[in-house]
Amino acid sequence: MKKASIIMIIGSMLLLGLFKFPLWNIMLGAPQYPEPLGMNIYVDGIKGVQEFDLQNIDGLNHYIGMKTIPKPGEMWEFSLFPKVILGMVLLGVIIGLLGYVNKVSYKFFIGWFLFMSILGVLGMYDFNNWLMDYGSNLDPHAIIKVTNPDGTPMSYKPPLFGYQKLLNFDVTSLPHIGGYLMFVGMSLTLVAFWLGRKESLKKATE
Amino acid sequence: MKNILKSTLAILGVLVTFSSCNNSSNSNKKSGALASNVAEKVYVAPGEHDSHYAFLSGGYSGNLTVYGLPSGRMFKEIPVFSQFPTSGYGYSEETKPMLNTSHGFVPWGDSHHPDISQTNGEIDGRFIFINENNTPRIAKIDLTTFETTEIIEVPNSAGNHSSSFVTENTEYVVAGTRFSVPIPQRDMPISEYKGNFQGALSFISVAPETGNMDIKFQVLMPGFNYDLSHPGRGKSHGWFFFTTYNTEEASTLLEVNASQNDKDFIAAINWKKIEEYVNNGGGTMMPANYAHNVYDEHTHTATSTMKKEVRVVNPSEVPGAVYFLPTPKSPHGCDVDPSGEYIVGNGKLSANLTVHSFTKMLAAIENKKFAGEAYGIPILNFEDVLAGVVEQPGLGPLHTEFDGQGNAYTTFFISSEVVKWKLGTWEVLDRKPTFYSVGHLTIPGGNSRKPQGKYMFAMNKITKDRYLPTGPEMEHSAQLYDISGDKMELLLDFPTHGEPHYAAAMRADLIKERSKKIYRLEDNKHPYAAKSDDDTKVVRKGKEVHIYMTTIRSHFSPDNIEGVKVGDKVYFHVTNLEQDFDVPHGFAVLGQNTSELLVMPGQTKSSVWIPTKVGVWPFYCTDFCSALHQEMQGYIRVSAADSSTPIKWSLGEDIE
Repeated sequence: MKKASIIMIIGSMLLLGLFKFPLWNIMLGAPQYPEPLGMNIYVDGIKGVQEFDLQNIDGLNHYIGMKTIPKPGEMWEFSLFPKVILGMVLLGVIIGLLGYVNKVSYKFFIGWFLFMSILGVLGMYDFNNWLMDYGSNLDPHAIIKVTNPDGTPMSYKPPLFGYQKLLNFDVTSLPHIGGYLMFVGMSLTLVAFWLGRKESLKKATE
Repeated sequence: MKNILKSTLAILGVLVTFSSCNNSSNSNKKSGALASNVAEKVYVAPGEHDSHYAFLSGGYSGNLTVYGLPSGRMFKEIPVFSQFPTSGYGYSEETKPMLNTSHGFVPWGDSHHPDISQTNGEIDGRFIFINENNTPRIAKIDLTTFETTEIIEVPNSAGNHSSSFVTENTEYVVAGTRFSVPIPQRDMPISEYKGNFQGALSFISVAPETGNMDIKFQVLMPGFNYDLSHPGRGKSHGWFFFTTYNTEEASTLLEVNASQNDKDFIAAINWKKIEEYVNNGGGTMMPANYAHNVYDEHTHTATSTMKKEVRVVNPSEVPGAVYFLPTPKSPHGCDVDPSGEYIVGNGKLSANLTVHSFTKMLAAIENKKFAGEAYGIPILNFEDVLAGVVEQPGLGPLHTEFDGQGNAYTTFFISSEVVKWKLGTWEVLDRKPTFYSVGHLTIPGGNSRKPQGKYMFAMNKITKDRYLPTGPEMEHSAQLYDISGDKMELLLDFPTHGEPHYAAAMRADLIKERSKKIYRLEDNKHPYAAKSDDDTKVVRKGKEVHIYMTTIRSHFSPDNIEGVKVGDKVYFHVTNLEQDFDVPHGFAVLGQNTSELLVMPGQTKSSVWIPTKVGVWPFYCTDFCSALHQEMQGYIRVSAADSSTPIKWSLGEDIE
């Protein structure tokens, strides 16, 4: 159980990477942008990959009537997400420590994992909603209006995951270092659960 | 992937070889396999970069052009000594001071010899310097922005030709005078030239961090013509060498009268010794009047300051600092090999090439073996300093460059060829024709301890070329050669702009990494900058009207202006708010008596317009900036001089 608890602690602490590294990254390349513009999505705000990328993305988006990319103060998510992450790290570490001294069972590990997964899915759902609004809630006075073949206004929603062509832009949306660290961390808590379970089964048979 | 591509190309190459052999065994050698092989050597695939930058002087265009090697493609023309309507250089209020001189505003120049800054004898790619021959000046171009940032006028000089070559650590950029003149200038009979005219050799210090130029001292030499020069390097660092002609001191029909002496001189100047003398208070401050023009990247504005004195040194004040090395027949190019041992005097009227030895020169000086003196300057014996002679290499040698492998390459104007020869054995190894009548040649890193080999290009003096004809007047032409093998191989003809005298070239990597993409708006310290739409305004000050204007895709702010009157001096101060690479905006107004402005992201430029007619005149963006570029326009209403139309401006709503 000691080993499993240590892995649980390490796993949950990997979430701290989100405070240093972006969770997600969206890159926008186009013929006139051979060096693509990009945004890095952190838990506490959105930053440009290059210094002036956000300004330049907003500058381009005004043609099609998209809103500007929100500043940290303009979205409640950016003040809540850091607290949630910090809370989950603390919870994970406490569970790990209690597991180390055999005060809680390995089942708490999977409990943490499931809780974190639910939060993650909620977060993704919220993020996707924002992308949807960002890409389709357009200024009716936009300079350029593009419609789908059926006459409905075209949505510029960037993909949640993967590649999509939006007018002249090639848009790629993928997790970034912080996101990968989170996935590894969460996987480690699963490993912790599996190890803890194996040990306890072994003990039970002895 | 690359390997697959290469081997495919190689297979294709083999196939071509076979097929061309089969088809026409007696076909022209230039076609078929050989030609395709050469084409590959200069082919830079779309999207790929050239391996070298080449900076060619624009000659009588007054500018500097930037090329890529091996493709021979021109990337940019950098305005230096001439007005340049494309960007507004020399027309905008900010850049007009760059062309100020003691003779007033000079809109044109004759640029000659670019040279890149060095550290420890190796090219560092920070700055490039170039001289103006006609109204003597030296310019510095910053290679992060590829813009001219400083120009200093050289007093007491005329025909600023033996310039602008830098020493091993860019301690100095050196400017010599081709035409000796009265110093100080005065009203005197031309016939009294001999003994009265002098030639000033100027040592312009370059501040290590900023690159700021300042004339440290001028050596006042006898009234010869100082034609070309190069610094010593390695063992000869601390010395500078100048070729001279007209040691006859003729002032008329020089083509005959300056060709009488069998030998002229290479002047060897121990600048370290003179520098020490000057640092200890030596030399004389002489009254002078010369312009020092500096462009500030943050205010985006140049200022011109008139300097009122210059330190001069007479060679006789510093014994042992200046010597003359006899060199046959009006030598032109003065070239020092990478080791610093050999000084090549390209005697343009001689059939042979003379090479002096620095070691032998020092020994002769040590032993005080002098053949005589001229104006108190010791003349060494020709035989004592001679390292060797390249016998009968060609006709009319002009310039020599080195490949760092112990070989030298000399251009021959009259026989129109480049000749490769070996340092030390003086044997001729190869010769290739040029098209036609070559002047200078350049090997990347040529004026340094470490030439970068691989390519050499020859710049021709006769504009006759091998392209489609374009009437009596045409551009010049250059040839690119591969010099990596034993024999030179002609790769490419490419046209050049103006008459490029010399060129400097180097590997691209250092420079391209540092090349800026934009100017930061927050660093813009221009006094008339409007850094956002909120800062835009129109201000009348008597007869002057200042318009603080911004541009961003795709509108001007303001775009409706009223209250301007005929005869007002209207300043359009245009700030480009963009912070995106390659989004300049242009500005032009109907009837403008200067050029347009081309404003880079983050930059402010100003244009003055004095309207002469009542009316409503449009202005527009001259640089296609976005899909809505055509909409980027505005109107300025000009009322009669005695009208009472108030100053008003607006954007996006009717003017109230």
